[in-house]
Amino acid sequence: MKKVFGKPESLKDAIFHYCAGCGHSITHRLIAEVIDEMGIRDIAIGIPPAGCAVLAYNYFDIDMLEAPHGRGCAVATGMKRTLPDKLIFSYQGDGDLAAIGTAETFHAANRGENITVIFINNAVYGMTGGQMAPTTLLGQASTTSPPGRNAILDGYPVRMSEILALLEGTKYIERCAVNTPANIIRTRRAIKKAFQYQMDDVGFTMVEVLSQCPTNWKMTPIDACKWIDEVMALSFPPGVIKDIKGKG
Amino acid sequence: MNKILIQGNHVIGEAAIRAGCRFYAGYPITPQNELTEYMAENIRKVEGGTFIQAESEIAAINMILGASAAGARAMTSSSSPGISLKQEGISSMAADELPGVIVNIMRGGPGLGNILPSQGDYYQATRGGGHGDYRTIVLAPDSVQELADLTMDAFDLADKYRNPVLILADGMIGQMMEPVVFGEPRPRKYDESYVLKGAGKGRSRFIRGLILDALKMEEHNWKLHRKYQAIEQREKRCEISRTEDADLLIIAYGTAARIAKGAIKRSREAGMKVGLIRPITLWPFPDHVIREFSDKVENFLVFEMNTGQMLDDVKLALNGRGHVHFYGRPGGVVPTPVELAKVIAHHYNNNRSLDED
Repeated sequence: MKKVFGKPESLKDAIFHYCAGCGHSITHRLIAEVIDEMGIRDIAIGIPPAGCAVLAYNYFDIDMLEAPHGRGCAVATGMKRTLPDKLIFSYQGDGDLAAIGTAETFHAANRGENITVIFINNAVYGMTGGQMAPTTLLGQASTTSPPGRNAILDGYPVRMSEILALLEGTKYIERCAVNTPANIIRTRRAIKKAFQYQMDDVGFTMVEVLSQCPTNWKMTPIDACKWIDEVMALSFPPGVIKDIKGKG
Repeated sequence: MNKILIQGNHVIGEAAIRAGCRFYAGYPITPQNELTEYMAENIRKVEGGTFIQAESEIAAINMILGASAAGARAMTSSSSPGISLKQEGISSMAADELPGVIVNIMRGGPGLGNILPSQGDYYQATRGGGHGDYRTIVLAPDSVQELADLTMDAFDLADKYRNPVLILADGMIGQMMEPVVFGEPRPRKYDESYVLKGAGKGRSRFIRGLILDALKMEEHNWKLHRKYQAIEQREKRCEISRTEDADLLIIAYGTAARIAKGAIKRSREAGMKVGLIRPITLWPFPDHVIREFSDKVENFLVFEMNTGQMLDDVKLALNGRGHVHFYGRPGGVVPTPVELAKVIAHHYNNNRSLDED
């Protein structure tokens, strides 16, 4: 019988700790599938964040180096400059990348570091229990914006992909989602493109993934998936934000 | 052996490159900018050498963390306020057992303080500095020549114990020029198995500091502790000078020790039997040497360019034996040998009159 589905080799035989309906598990799998498909498991090094994905090294069967909270792009810079032939990617949430790690992300992008950032945007701090993130939508309730995010008091949701696209050092940035089969396929394609660009020495690449967090959004997994299309995508429109292929 | 006249901050850079440092990241801060500029000019000329002017001190230390995990001999440098910012990364490197060299050319503090020579960061350097239960090896040179030697040693010690090593100097040592002979660096001994470079055909590995299980975290803490104990047993260093007949011993390190040497010369000329114990490693602290002298010497004078920090370690070393006096000038004031000689005379003569009573 022909095998049509199985666990990617770049994933360990471990059960994800992520909540039911969480987008992390899907994204992990997509990354692992792409690494398998490109045949780069031997040279891939991942840099997990502080946040829900802090234990990513328990799931990925590739070399991984934990970064302090927000410092993924600085750690990735140090690794990539030392090992330019390896595939180096950071995996970061919205608090990690767009709040405490804004400077590290912005400047790694501006230097055009030849690394890939997988940016998980679920509009909350997940692991710490659903506090307001830099990407929390206006009006969205969180444990630290109980009546809903108020622009006057809390500021606006940060669109990092658009901001980073303005920098000359960035070469490819796409915003995707993992809430529907079609979006999952698009995300997989985007990750592969980003990794391929890195292998081709193109420069800084980032895939932003709108990722459902049913637990902290206090929704069923199905409602959370719908909310991404119906609400979140209005503030964070999916699509290719920048794609300049060429030697950087 | 070629002797060259060279500035302290440049010496660190040159010694580091000779010792095989191939990754440097730093952020501008006075009084150590000459080191960053030296690395910008020179490390890229070496094969595989990387210089990055980081966007912040935090980014710089985390770049070092990444480069170190990837197998590079890596260094960052800064001055006091910048070292405070690096503590998160230093703590992480200690947790991850990653080697790395961090240079602190100290200036006056707290806060922004000033840009003048000071020794106000002794506590921060010798007590770990960041959060959690860890230590870093701390080397305190008192001359430009020793800066060259200790910079090379720092990389070896960092590799040997897979631990961050601090070079703790101040604006005076960083800025002064002296003749230097660079030693021959030893070949690097660092097991390839510690380097993350992709799983290759083997099993994947990971490096992390997060250990959620209390018993496993405790186990890691004790493992680090045993390493620190081994460092304490093997790596304490100090210089002793003119101690053979001394009635009073000065304990000072770095620039303060240089001043003390001048003061001791004067005091000796005036007939006072004064000697010096100069800790070269501030952690591990050479307490055994100080303790041994307490059999013969009653009076100790701790001299620092702060309000009394190493003083605690001297008191711990003596554990109630002898009399411990202190003289210090914080804030970037550099005391003169004449000034210190007066303090020495005061304690020396007081002690005499006590003895005669």
